Amino acid sequence: MKIPVVRNILEANDRVAAGLKEIFAAKHILVLNLMSSPGAGKTSLLEKTLGDLRGEFKMAVIEGDLQTDNDARRVAATGAQAVQINTEGGCHLSSSMVAEALKNLDIEGLDILFIENVGNLVCPAEFDVGEDFKVTLLSTTEGDDKPEKYPLMFNLSKAMVLNKIDLLPHVDFDMERAAKFARALNSDLPVFPVSCRTGEGLAAWYDWLRAARAAKA
Amino acid sequence: MHELSIVQSLLDLAAKEMAANGLAKLLRIKVKYGGLTAIAPDALEMGFTALTAGTPLAGAVLELEETPVILRCGKCGLEFSPKDASGRYGVFAPCPACGEEIGHAVAGGKELFIEYIEAE
Repeated sequence: MKIPVVRNILEANDRVAAGLKEIFAAKHILVLNLMSSPGAGKTSLLEKTLGDLRGEFKMAVIEGDLQTDNDARRVAATGAQAVQINTEGGCHLSSSMVAEALKNLDIEGLDILFIENVGNLVCPAEFDVGEDFKVTLLSTTEGDDKPEKYPLMFNLSKAMVLNKIDLLPHVDFDMERAAKFARALNSDLPVFPVSCRTGEGLAAWYDWLRAARAAKA
Repeated sequence: MHELSIVQSLLDLAAKEMAANGLAKLLRIKVKYGGLTAIAPDALEMGFTALTAGTPLAGAVLELEETPVILRCGKCGLEFSPKDASGRYGVFAPCPACGEEIGHAVAGGKELFIEYIEAE
């Protein structure tokens, strides 16, 4: 017997994600799913952001990692709430992991929740974790052809942060090329060149965050 | 290896459909995946074999079909499916009509769904 199904295979994940979106919408929390390769600087960007905007917003972080709580401890050092999810080898976060992590997070009065995904430009793109927006981070020590190699991630992102611009004189990274290909399938994608080490460029990223947060209030 | 999560979701859906129709033995599942999804067919097949072994779903055939990447030109609106030299769906290509290179919208290629199952 042949049964037509025609159902999205990830609908179980999407259903939980939709439930999370309702919770976040009711509490006016801006939720960002932060994705990058390992080592691009997701945790550094969070440390800077949480420190610099501490007086403006109440922020928290859900940290996804294969192993260790090193990143959660770095984030907690800024004074922000941090909850660790260890995927124990899993290459991405799913909505049910985030739902589980929420049990250990006080979201009352929260303005912005960052979900730091597992460092990986492939798998996390497929899984909605209840975020408003995906934000992809790229760094100048990677190839400037990353957006060509991982088109789905950049297509789905609402903003791209380009980190480690203080190293530009020492690497062969073409910012124009990276931005061009990131925008090829996402023409309105804002690109924020920053250095988390020197603080250069972060002001524009913060302005984008403020605007995104204001739209959710 | 997110394919394992995908296979698990796939099997959950199949089991639900079979239960709803009072069927016990799965014969075939047909899955369509877009050329822009990060799906490795080999990994899906391996996950399918691994997760069905020793279950009532073991021995079923997993049929995979890639659906085309379709881009809509941001300038002239033409829909086209670029392919690279090796015949695989490409993603970055000038519009064949007007030559525009950037700003295309993705009109197809991100889908991932079960088309049908066969069971008895």
